[in-house]
Amino acid sequence: MNFEKLLEGLKHPSSDVFFKYGSLVFAASVVGVIALSMVVLVRGAFPALTSFGFRFLTGVNWDAAAGFGALPYILGTLVTASIAIIIGVPISLGIAIFLAEMAPDVIKVAVSNIIELLAAVPSIIYGLWGLYVLRVWVANYVQYPLQNSFGFLPIFSGTSYGLNFLTAGLILAIMIIPTVASISREVMVSVPVSQREAAYSVGATRWEVVRMSVLSYARSGIFGAAVLGLGRAVGETMAVTMVIGGATGASALPTSLFKPGQTMATILVNQLSEAESGSLQLAALLGIGLVLFAIAFGINIVAQLLVWRVLKVQAGAVE
Amino acid sequence: MTLHLQTEEKQPLSREEILQPHRTLENSKVRTEDLDAWYGNNQVLKKLNIEVREHSVTAIIGPSGCGKSTLIRCLNRMHELVPRARTSGRVMLDGSDIYAKGIDPVTIRRRVGMVFQKPNPFPTMSVYDNVAAGLRLNGERNHSVLDRAVQQSLELAFLWDEVKGDLDKSGASLSGGQQQRLCIARALAVQPEVILMDEPCSALDPTATAKIEELIASIKGNYTVMIVTHNMQQAARVSDFTAFLYLGQLIEYGETTSLFENPVEELTERYLTGKFG
Repeated sequence: MNFEKLLEGLKHPSSDVFFKYGSLVFAASVVGVIALSMVVLVRGAFPALTSFGFRFLTGVNWDAAAGFGALPYILGTLVTASIAIIIGVPISLGIAIFLAEMAPDVIKVAVSNIIELLAAVPSIIYGLWGLYVLRVWVANYVQYPLQNSFGFLPIFSGTSYGLNFLTAGLILAIMIIPTVASISREVMVSVPVSQREAAYSVGATRWEVVRMSVLSYARSGIFGAAVLGLGRAVGETMAVTMVIGGATGASALPTSLFKPGQTMATILVNQLSEAESGSLQLAALLGIGLVLFAIAFGINIVAQLLVWRVLKVQAGAVE
Repeated sequence: MTLHLQTEEKQPLSREEILQPHRTLENSKVRTEDLDAWYGNNQVLKKLNIEVREHSVTAIIGPSGCGKSTLIRCLNRMHELVPRARTSGRVMLDGSDIYAKGIDPVTIRRRVGMVFQKPNPFPTMSVYDNVAAGLRLNGERNHSVLDRAVQQSLELAFLWDEVKGDLDKSGASLSGGQQQRLCIARALAVQPEVILMDEPCSALDPTATAKIEELIASIKGNYTVMIVTHNMQQAARVSDFTAFLYLGQLIEYGETTSLFENPVEELTERYLTGKFG
C-alpha cells in the first residue's frame, strides 16, 4: 500500500477516497494478523528449530535430556483427522443426499435444523460425552472384541480403556458431520434443475440422477466441504484432549488404534501452561504450533487450487 | 376445439367425427385422453385430447403460459418431478396408458426422450460420455457397441464431423449450438420412439437454429417428434402438424399448412397474425 497516497487521500477527504483506503486498511489488517502470528511463532520456536534442525520434525523424544521431536504429534494429528474424514465424510454425504434429494419437506426442515444445532454444541460437551460415554463403547464394543480375535496385529495392540486414537478420531468424525453435511447439502441443492432433468430424460433412476448429475456437478463443492471438515479435525483441541490419553515421546507414536497418543493441538494445550518461559520445551511447543499453522495453511491452499481447477471446467457449462 | 387432419388420400373429417371423444388415428403414436395437469392449485392443462401421428413432426404453439411445455412434459412423466405437480387423465403410448398403475416412469423416459430449452450437457463428462450416458444406464458396457452408438447418434445430430477429434473434451467446452446438438445426440443414443423438444432453439443463433431444423427433418422418418416453439416460422418450416394451445386447452389442431393458411378458429388466426401472444 502506498502511504503517501493514503495521506493525500486524507488531505482531500472526499468520501470515496476515504472509503477506498479505509477499506484497504481493514483488508490489509487480515494479512497483517496472519503475518504477525507467523512472526511470533517463528521467533518463539527459533531456539528449538536451531538446536534440533530438521530432526525437530523427525524426532520422537520429548524431554530436556534427549531433545524434543514433533513426529508423534504430527502423525497423531494425521491419524485422527484421517479417521474423522474416512468415517465422517461418507456419513455426511449420506445425510446431505437424503436431505437434498429424498426427504419429504417436513423431515427436511427438522433434520436440517437439528444438524445446524449440532454445529453449535461447544466442543467441551463433545469431549465430556466422549470421555464418559463414547470411550466406554469403544472399549467394550470395538477394542476388546477386536483384541480378543486379532490382538496379535500391532494395529490393535494397546491397553488403554478407550482413551486412544480411535476414540479421538470418532469424536472428530461426529464433530465434522454438521459442517460437511450442511455445506454438501447446500451445494447439492444449488445444482440446476436442468442437470437433474438431463439425467431423468435419458431414463435415470433417482439414485442414478444423484450420481450422474448431482454428485458430479457438485463435486467441487463437496470436496470443499470435506476439506473444511479436515481443517476442523486438524485444529480441534478440547474434545480430542479429553479422549486421546495424552501420551508423550516415543510411546505417543500412532502405531495402534488403541494406544493413547497426542495430536499437535492437544500437546500444546496439555503442556503450554507448565512449560517454563525461555525453556527449550516452550520453544518446541511453539515449533509444533508453527507446523500446525503451516499444515492448516497448506490444506486450505491445496483445497482452493483444486476447487478452482474444477470450477474452471464448470464455468464453460451453460448455467 | 377444431380438428382438421386431412391427408391426400383421406377425406376431411366431419364435425361429428371431430367432436367424437377418443377417436383413434390408424397410426397414432401418442394420444392424450382428458389430460389435466396442475402445479399446486393452478390448473395448466384442461381436459386436453390430442393425437400425434407416428413418424411425423408435430409443433405445439401458443402464447406463454398456455401449457405447451407442460403438455410435452406430461408425455414422458417429467411433469410429476416438479414438487406439488400432478396430472389426471390418460396418456396412451402405442395404445397403453403410461400413467397406469405399476408403470415405472424410468421405462417411459427411455422410450420418450427429451431435449430442453437450454442445452444441458453433463459438464463433468466428455462428449463421448455424454452421448453414452443413457446406454450405460441401460447396462451397456461393450466398448464397440458404445463406440458405434456414439458415432451414429452424433452423425444423426450433425455433430460427428465437428467433434470426432475431440470426443474426450468436456461437453461444456462446445459452443451453445453444438451443446444442443450434443443433447439431441444424447437423447437419440438410447433409441427412443418419441423425441420431445421444448423450445430447443430459443437459446441459439439463426445458424445453429437452421442446423437443428435440418436435423429434425432428417430424423423424422424414424422418430416421432414433438416440438414446442415460440417461433411460428419455425413451426411452419419444420412440422407436419401443428397444435395451437391457449389457456390449457387445445384450440386448433391440424396439418401445418392448412392451419397456417386457413385457420378455422378466430383465436388461432388472431394469434398467427400477432394480435396477441
